[in-house]
Amino acid sequence: MQLEEEVEDKFELNISITNPEKVGDGMNAYMAYKVSTQTTLPMFRSKTFTVRRRFSDFLGLYEKLSDKHTLNGYIVPPPPEKSIMGMTKVKVGKEDNSSAEFVERRRAALERYLQRVVFHPSLLQDPDVREFLERDDVSSACVCALSGAGFLKMINRATDSLSKMTIKMNESDVWFEEKLQEVEAEDQQLRKLHIMVDSLVGHRKELSVNTGGFAKSVAMLGSSEDNTALSRALSQLAEVEDKMEQLHQEQAASDSFCFAELLADYIRLLGSVRASFDQRMKTWQRWQDAQNMLQKKRETEAKLLWANKPDKLQQAKDDITEWEAKVTQYERDFDRVSATVRKEVLRFEKEKARDFKKQIIKYLESLLQSQQQLIKYWEAFLPEAKAIA
Amino acid sequence: MLFDRPRAVNVDLQTDATLQVDISDALSERDKVKFTVHTKSTLPNFKQNEFSVVRQHEEFIWLHDSFVENEEYAGYIIPPAPPRPDFDASREKLQKLGEGEGSMTKEEFTKMKQELEAEYLAIFKKTVAMHEVFLCRVAAHPVLRKDMNFHVFLEYNQDLSVRGKNKREKMEDFFKNVVKSADGVLVAGVKDVDDFFEHEKTFLLEYHNRVKDASSKSDRMIRSHKSAADDINRIASTLYTLGTQDSTDVCKFFLKVSELFEKTRKIEARVAADEDLKLADLLKYYLRESQAAKDLLYRRGRALVDYENANKALDKARAKNKDVLQAETSQQVCCQKFEKISESAKQELIDFKTRRVAAFRKNLVELAELELKHAKGNLQLLQSCVGVLKGDT
Repeated sequence: MQLEEEVEDKFELNISITNPEKVGDGMNAYMAYKVSTQTTLPMFRSKTFTVRRRFSDFLGLYEKLSDKHTLNGYIVPPPPEKSIMGMTKVKVGKEDNSSAEFVERRRAALERYLQRVVFHPSLLQDPDVREFLERDDVSSACVCALSGAGFLKMINRATDSLSKMTIKMNESDVWFEEKLQEVEAEDQQLRKLHIMVDSLVGHRKELSVNTGGFAKSVAMLGSSEDNTALSRALSQLAEVEDKMEQLHQEQAASDSFCFAELLADYIRLLGSVRASFDQRMKTWQRWQDAQNMLQKKRETEAKLLWANKPDKLQQAKDDITEWEAKVTQYERDFDRVSATVRKEVLRFEKEKARDFKKQIIKYLESLLQSQQQLIKYWEAFLPEAKAIA
Repeated sequence: MLFDRPRAVNVDLQTDATLQVDISDALSERDKVKFTVHTKSTLPNFKQNEFSVVRQHEEFIWLHDSFVENEEYAGYIIPPAPPRPDFDASREKLQKLGEGEGSMTKEEFTKMKQELEAEYLAIFKKTVAMHEVFLCRVAAHPVLRKDMNFHVFLEYNQDLSVRGKNKREKMEDFFKNVVKSADGVLVAGVKDVDDFFEHEKTFLLEYHNRVKDASSKSDRMIRSHKSAADDINRIASTLYTLGTQDSTDVCKFFLKVSELFEKTRKIEARVAADEDLKLADLLKYYLRESQAAKDLLYRRGRALVDYENANKALDKARAKNKDVLQAETSQQVCCQKFEKISESAKQELIDFKTRRVAAFRKNLVELAELELKHAKGNLQLLQSCVGVLKGDT
């Protein structure tokens, strides 16, 4: 851990994703994003560079990283989800608020995804990551690899839920068992929280619309009112409510982008965490299976010795040697993967703590600004109300 | 069940020592509310100086209808009847909560129960206030306060046995149609010679419709506000659960944020409640009062039609020289009735305007002050929490 932090301090690596642009028309259209890197790391060819990538390129990167690293117990950050409905609207050219919101949400999610990948010291060393950031064109092979069904299969492969596993492990280290329980409890709560925050976003949007409706209604009432001062005060009230409509709209966006998206990211990430635990279980199983096989081979040898069949005996002895080596290897693998998982989980928890704190403070600050605006509007209105005579 | 509440928020009334009426207590039973009407008076008509009776909603309606049906009061704006106490929605929610008790944690259940009970109490307080306002308006009116039925209502300590006799409330739809045709009379009628009434007619028709729209839109807005506050409540609870799973830094962080949201959502709920009281209730009240004012214009319009018809009948009788005296008497009666109504109607409509402007002023000022108070409270909570959280990292 110590070394990682030193590396962070010495070298700089900033990634931003900007300029979503629609390429092509109709159902074959796609969004291309500008991926800009600014870095002092010597492993890159230059200090600042930009490439264009599309969503499926990001999925392709994930597939490559997952294939290589998940089986070693690494927590590989997952990309944002594919959204057929969201993308269709964009393809069809529906230029409304919801499709603009969708594109922005995706852009931000992709940016966070890449930032997490490069922040991982082991993944950063992977040449695929470097290539993704640097190369002008990424091979189109990964583009067609990801049809809907293909994507689903890939995600399922990497994040097989533990409940499906029938491996009963003799846990020698209770840390893993406890940790997994924590992860599962947390997953449950985060999902619950996400649903509630989504509900809040919905209600705030509704509040915004209804406030706007009310504002117009008050304006009409004000123009009917035949007392001049009251009429003016009512039209001022209408203006305040108009500004509130805007404020609620902005607040709903903040609820969504600061809070809901954070939760969605971590729900996906917890999936990757469980995948790494699953992986450890698999390596344990492989070791156990090898031990069973070795036992069988030894029994075979014993049988042959007793039956006195010298020609087959050599084969049996070779088998035993082979499986003894495998057992040793698999045990080492299990230990190695366990150590990696442990390290990864601790790293993940640190990052999660930092992320949550940063994002939630940002969210609270946006709430704070809302209140400051509110105060301004009502302070301006109060004298108008008092002037009614 | 005693509680303190602000007096008659929607109307600015002169309280008069000779007759003071208020609702000192109220009891909510299964399907009815019992109001304790308390009177203090130096008037000689009452047996005592201070006394109380128990009344139910139907008895208020009976009193209101008796004013409406009284020809003597045709020239006055009859204070609008209070709406029927409606706890159905609240009761339904409490019932649903009871049914769903098994599916939530004890804390969640207790919390939600408290919320719903507070909501029930708020509705209860409102209905009391609205019934009280009606009585206060009557007591403040120079003519209506002397009404016999009103005195009976205040003093007679037995049941008035008026349940089942309230045609108006039972036939609400029919009433609406009457209103529509009344609008028709007002609109299609001959243009009034009197500029004042012509202006009032145009004004009230438009004003009433716009206040109706503003009232329903304000209700919708406030409902969304309440829903958002409820969501924040649930978010606070879930954050609390997350925070209690461990004692790591991030868990402590969740606990602090949960605490903050608990407090801010209480404020948000208060904002919605205050908007309801100061804005929604105000609009609802003036919706009903502007209707009452329209009803007055309608009655005057009808009296004018009667007067004009009596004039025509008199001309005819004179032309035929038949039943002239009868026609003359009839014409005089109609004339007097019309002039009496016109005279008092003018004053009533001027008073209505004065009351309306004063009520709006009071409520808008209070609304702005409360919004500011709550926003400043919220701001302080957020600032101090953000300060603590930033300091911890």
